[in-house]
Amino acid sequence: MKTRRSFPQLIFEIVNTAIMLLLCIICIIPLWHVIMASISEPAQVDMATGFILRPLGSVSTKAYSLIMKYRGIWTGYGNTIFYVVAQCIITSFLSVIAGYVLSRKRFRYRGVLMGMITFTMLFNGGMIPTYMVVRNLGMLDQYSALLIPSALQVFYIIIMRTAIEGIPDSLEESARIDGAGEMTIMWKIILPLCKATFAVIILFVAVGKWNEWFTALLYLPTAKDKYPLQMFLREILIQSTTVSNAADAMDNAALYKTLAKYASIVVTTLPILCIYPFVQKHFVNGVMVGSVKG
Amino acid sequence: MAKKEIKGSVTARKAGYIEKGGIKALPHNIATDFKRNKTIYFLCIPIVLWYVIFCYLPMGGLVMAFQRYNVAKGITGSQFVGFDNFIRFFTGPYFGRVMRNTTAIGLLDLVLGFPAPIIFALLLNEVRNKSFKKVVQTTSYMPYFISMVVIAGLIKDFTQSGGVISNIVASITNSSAVNLLGEAKYFWWIYVLSGVWQGFGYGSIIYMAALSSIDEQLYEAAVMDGANRWKQTLHITLPGLAPTITILLIMRMGSLFAVGSDKILLLYSPGIYGTADVINTYVYRAGLVDMDYGFSAAVGLFNSVIGTVFLLVTNGICRKYSDTSLF
Repeated sequence: MKTRRSFPQLIFEIVNTAIMLLLCIICIIPLWHVIMASISEPAQVDMATGFILRPLGSVSTKAYSLIMKYRGIWTGYGNTIFYVVAQCIITSFLSVIAGYVLSRKRFRYRGVLMGMITFTMLFNGGMIPTYMVVRNLGMLDQYSALLIPSALQVFYIIIMRTAIEGIPDSLEESARIDGAGEMTIMWKIILPLCKATFAVIILFVAVGKWNEWFTALLYLPTAKDKYPLQMFLREILIQSTTVSNAADAMDNAALYKTLAKYASIVVTTLPILCIYPFVQKHFVNGVMVGSVKG
Repeated sequence: MAKKEIKGSVTARKAGYIEKGGIKALPHNIATDFKRNKTIYFLCIPIVLWYVIFCYLPMGGLVMAFQRYNVAKGITGSQFVGFDNFIRFFTGPYFGRVMRNTTAIGLLDLVLGFPAPIIFALLLNEVRNKSFKKVVQTTSYMPYFISMVVIAGLIKDFTQSGGVISNIVASITNSSAVNLLGEAKYFWWIYVLSGVWQGFGYGSIIYMAALSSIDEQLYEAAVMDGANRWKQTLHITLPGLAPTITILLIMRMGSLFAVGSDKILLLYSPGIYGTADVINTYVYRAGLVDMDYGFSAAVGLFNSVIGTVFLLVTNGICRKYSDTSLF
C-alpha cells in the first residue's frame, strides 16, 4: 500500500532509518574491529586510537597460527563439542519425555508434577546448596557435573508440552487401535510431529552450552583437562595468560599479545555467528511459545 | 485411625480413584490405573528423580543457612545456630556495600535496560522496507549470541587506557585516557550499558510479536478519524503492548536483586569492589573461595527471598491496577 507522506512524516522516516543504521553499526563494530585488528600488523594496532575498520599494514594470519599452537584452544574445542552434543541429546530426550507425560490426560498426577516443576521457577536452593548436592554426589571434576545438573529446564518442558498438546488426539487413538504402545506413540507418532519444537530446544541448548563458563568454574575446580572452550578463553582474555610456547621467541608472544586475544575471540565466536542468522527464526518461535505459556 | 482413612480418601479423590465404586474399590482402582498407565509412570521416574535431586534437595539444603555448616559433618551433624549467619551478614562490614551496589545496578538496569527493547521495537515497527527491517533485526540479535567471556574480554580491551571506548570518554570529558574498569565510579555504567547493548535486540523479539498481533483495522479506523502516526502509537500501539510490558515488568522486578554474578566476576577486581561487589558475587566469594558455606547459603537465601517478595508485590500491584498479572 503506497500512501502519500506528509513532510513531517518524511523527516521522521529519514531520522528513523538513520537511527536504525546507527544501531546496526553499534552492534557490529566491536566484532568488526576485532576481526580486522586480528589480521593487522601488531605495532599499528597498538598505535590505533579508534575502531579499526580495515586491516592496518600488511595482512597476516600470524596471530591465528600463534593461537592454533596453544593447546588449550584444542582441548577446549574438543571438550565443548562433546558437552554440546551430549547436552543436546540428554536435554532434548528428557524434555520430550517430560512434555509427553505432562500432556497425557489419562495421567492422574500431571497437575502435581507440573506444580512441582513450575515451583522451581519461583524459588530455588541457590548456588551453594546446589553446589553441595553436586559435590556430595561425587560429580565435582567429572564430565557429568556439566551435563546432569543442567539436564532439564522448565522452559523446554513447557514448550514441548505445548507442542504435544497441539497434536489432535485422533492420531494417537488410531495408533492405539492399531496396537501401538506408549513408547511407539511417543517416538514414532508424537515426536515427528514436534520436530520444530525439538529443533528449537536443541538450538537453545547448543548455543547456551557453547557459551557456558560459570558452571565449569563452580564444578570443575581442578580438572583443567575437562574445561570447556570458554574457560580457556577466560584465561586468555580476562586473566591475560600469555599465549606462547617454547618454540616462539618471547618478544614475539609479547608483541602479539593483543592480536592473539582478538584471534581467539574470532576462532571461538565465529561458529555461533555463522549459524545464528539461519536459526534465529526458530529462536523467535521458541521465545514466543515460551512467553505465551510462561 | 479413622482420621487417617479420611485423609487418604481426600488424596484418592483428588487423583480420581474413588469416582467409580466408592472407597471400597480404591485398591483395585489404584492397581488398574497403575497397570494401564505403567509406561507413563515409568517415564516419570527420571523426571521426578531429577527434580528431587537437583531442585528440591538444594531447597532442603538451605537448612545449612541456619547452621555452622561443616562439610565433614554434613547437614545432619552440623551445629544449629538459628539466625546467626543472617545477623553476621546484616551487621558485617560488607552489608551496606553489596546492598547499595545491587540496588543501584538493578535499578539502573531497570531504568535503561527495560525500556530499550520497547523503544527499539516501536521504531523498528515504523520501518516500511521489509528487507531493511529484516537486516536490522538480524543484526540487532547478534550481540546476544556472543558469550559472556568474550563480552567481558571486549569490555576489558576497549576500556583499558588507550582502548577505543576509553579514548572516546577521554575526548568527551577532555581528560587523558585512563583504565575505566580500574575506576570505581564507572563500573555501574559499564555494566549496565554493555548489558543494554547485548540485550536490546533480542529483548525486542517478544514486543515485535505483540506488535504484529495488533488488529490492523484499529489503525485504519484511526486514520479515518484523522489520527496521525504519533496519535496512533499513543492510543493503539502502546495499549496493545501493555499486557506484554506488564508481564515482562513483573518478571524483571523479580530478578531486580538477582544481578548476575557471572559477568561481574569476569569484570571486577579487588580495587573496585567498592562499586562492583553485589550480593551474588559476595555469595560466590564467601562460599567457594572462603568456604564459609552456611554463611554464604544464608546470604543467597536472603537474596532469593527478596526476589520472591518483589515478584509477588509487583504482581499484586499489577493485578489491582490493570487486568494483566502473572498469576
